[in-house]
Amino acid sequence: MNTTRLELRTTPHIKAGRTVEQIMRAVLLTLVPVCAFAVWQYGLSALALIVTVSVACLASERLANRLRGEASTLGDWSAAITGVLLALSLPPGFPLWMGAVAGIVAIALGKALFGGLGHNVFNPALVGRAFVQAAFPAAITAWVPAYAPGRFAEFIPSTLTPPLMQPPEVSAWAQAAVDGFTGATPLARWKYDGVLTPATDFLAGSVAGSTGETGAVLILLGGLYLAARRYLDWRIPVAVLASAALAAWLFQLWAPERYPGPLFVLLSGGLMLGAVYMATDMVTSPVTPLGVWLYGALIGVLTVLIRYFGGLPEGVMYAILVGNALTPLIDQYTPPRAFGTGGGR
Amino acid sequence: MIASRFTAPSAALGRLLRRRPSFPRGLHLAEHKDTAGLPIQRLPFAPELIVPMLQHIGKPAIPSVRPGQTVVRGEPIGRADGFYSLPVHAPVTGVVRAIEPHLLADGRMVTAVVIHTLEAADQRVLWRTPRDVERLAGPALIQAIQDTGLAGMGGAAFPAHAKLAPPEDAVIDTLIVNGAECEPYLTCDHRVMLEWPAAVMAGIRLAMRACGARQAIIGVEDNKPDAIVALTAALPADGSVRVQDVATKYPQGAADILIYTLTGREVPAGQRSSAVGVLVSNVMTLATLGQLLPAGEGLIERVITVAGPGVARPGNYRVPLGTPMRYLLDFVGARGGVREVVLGGPMMGPAVASLDVPVTKGTSGVLVLTPRELAFETRPVRACIRCGECVCVCPRGLNPCMLGLLAARGEYETMVADYHLEQCFECGCCSYVCPANIPLVQQFRVAKGVWRKRSASRAA
Repeated sequence: MNTTRLELRTTPHIKAGRTVEQIMRAVLLTLVPVCAFAVWQYGLSALALIVTVSVACLASERLANRLRGEASTLGDWSAAITGVLLALSLPPGFPLWMGAVAGIVAIALGKALFGGLGHNVFNPALVGRAFVQAAFPAAITAWVPAYAPGRFAEFIPSTLTPPLMQPPEVSAWAQAAVDGFTGATPLARWKYDGVLTPATDFLAGSVAGSTGETGAVLILLGGLYLAARRYLDWRIPVAVLASAALAAWLFQLWAPERYPGPLFVLLSGGLMLGAVYMATDMVTSPVTPLGVWLYGALIGVLTVLIRYFGGLPEGVMYAILVGNALTPLIDQYTPPRAFGTGGGR
Repeated sequence: MIASRFTAPSAALGRLLRRRPSFPRGLHLAEHKDTAGLPIQRLPFAPELIVPMLQHIGKPAIPSVRPGQTVVRGEPIGRADGFYSLPVHAPVTGVVRAIEPHLLADGRMVTAVVIHTLEAADQRVLWRTPRDVERLAGPALIQAIQDTGLAGMGGAAFPAHAKLAPPEDAVIDTLIVNGAECEPYLTCDHRVMLEWPAAVMAGIRLAMRACGARQAIIGVEDNKPDAIVALTAALPADGSVRVQDVATKYPQGAADILIYTLTGREVPAGQRSSAVGVLVSNVMTLATLGQLLPAGEGLIERVITVAGPGVARPGNYRVPLGTPMRYLLDFVGARGGVREVVLGGPMMGPAVASLDVPVTKGTSGVLVLTPRELAFETRPVRACIRCGECVCVCPRGLNPCMLGLLAARGEYETMVADYHLEQCFECGCCSYVCPANIPLVQQFRVAKGVWRKRSASRAA
């Protein structure tokens, strides 16, 4: 037999087909319906926001590659996911320049500073979100109504705020656009006014909220698909949602007149988006079997605690960031039991 | 493809409906057992056989022939040098051309007897010392097993008599016969169980007598139903031996894993299987024992699966030991731009650097891979994204993700002390699933090597 060259390589000589790019691409694809729904709800502004934040993220990632003198990592799609998720977590009328700032911070501080994909401690999208929450507290709580007439013809006034300028007040515009719009999210309405939004409103997406968080059904469907293909760890969203529901149920048992039920807690705010797409970020979540459950449960309970007792109506972002911070510790203290170290059937 | 998520729904459903004994985690690999239906056939003698004096773990044999001497098939040409050594027999009738160092598949240079095959050489074994095996027991039986030159044929090639000798510090109650053959492509154990069930039973009886086990369990993956039927039909009437079908899952055939699957016993870390009263032997080793010992012959040939996309005529070949790899591959017709030749299965088998190496007692398969299978090599190695897939598949319950991060930083002591690195037996599951294409197994191999060296120098 004529062999020009025999290759010597290490075992195993076969490999599964799955790659990092494949996982990331699948996650991104399932976000497309969520984005489409957001654009349907909020029109041009949502589209512009998603595009702007994503471009900011991709550009920052590319710049980080340049500065580190490495090949482009845009092809692993992780920066694109960060961009889309970040945009979906911002209010629909968020000024585009602020969105760009959020995107740059997410990649620069949240990812590149740690050494790029795989090395970051916190979910980059949430780092960007946390930054603009602190930097632009007014803009990030300026909610606009969904299904405003003319949303495909004109931008929400705050969207096109010139860079470094404060956005105009949108409440007047919002009330003019959709009659009876209160300018508050269901969580804020419950917390400050004691008004409970019915579940049907959540499912229709006709409540105020961040660009992508009101499409709970689509988020859940995307999560189901990813979990079925094992592109995300199903245990995390299950743990987050179950623990949040359990905590809410216990609070309601304790003081039914003060606390809403589990369904409200599950459907309101960014819990669904956070549980399915943010808490499941592989880089920043534990890998051990027990650790995964602990991490998810911690985020769910923390979310409810922050919502009920914190100064802000929403707590998902901080709950996940705390979970991210604890991930190394959780992994270290929940090692799987190695074969031959006690036990047997 | 990996894990249950990629298997056909019907197969997954079948597994659910009829659960067979198994172990946690592991992989469902594409089986590629296309040679399972091909009967064992003989390979002709190569013009020249290279018979190494060391084809086992232990001390090499001492050559007992001279260049120019004529040897007949079956005749001893090397004698055992102590207990942890094995004699070597001439696989072919011919003339000793030289006794010289020769390259082995594992990269070592070992003294080998080079035999020039006589043109008239045929398959009859011309040298044998038949004995009454029924009367053999104790040390005489162990000695008789050593005289056959038998080494473990599953891959490790540990001298069979040394393994079967009852340990001083433990009692063996169960002999586990490893017929799992969990590596893709390999079907030689399958064919042996199917075609030589009587030899398997004879070998099991001898092995049980040697090690003192009262029962034997033959573990066979449920993808070989015909072998299970053949073995069941040949079982002895006294009920001391039984066949157990086990789930088809990689690495079901790893010794410690199969012990757990069949008995529920877990071999404690750092100890041998005798600690839980079990001895594991590969099924072909025992079938060969059942053939050789009563006939009084030495080990001169073995069954090898030759397969892979780069082989025109794959099959199960009965190959004389010492056959050069080049001759074997010429015979089966290598094709399609051979890129890599692997000895054994694709998950754990080492690749060979040269085709001038001979087939030895531990060669269970020869796999020829072409550029298509190795396309993943061109994928970039990315940073670990902590997907945790490796943790989900590690049959040893390790955290390969953390081990990989530690290995990249050279923290070998931590890997051993806190993350049970020594429990890794390099099955390859973690590397197989890693989406970042990180060569985890190789990192662990290096880490173990460096750590052993360091602890040895500390002890010195």
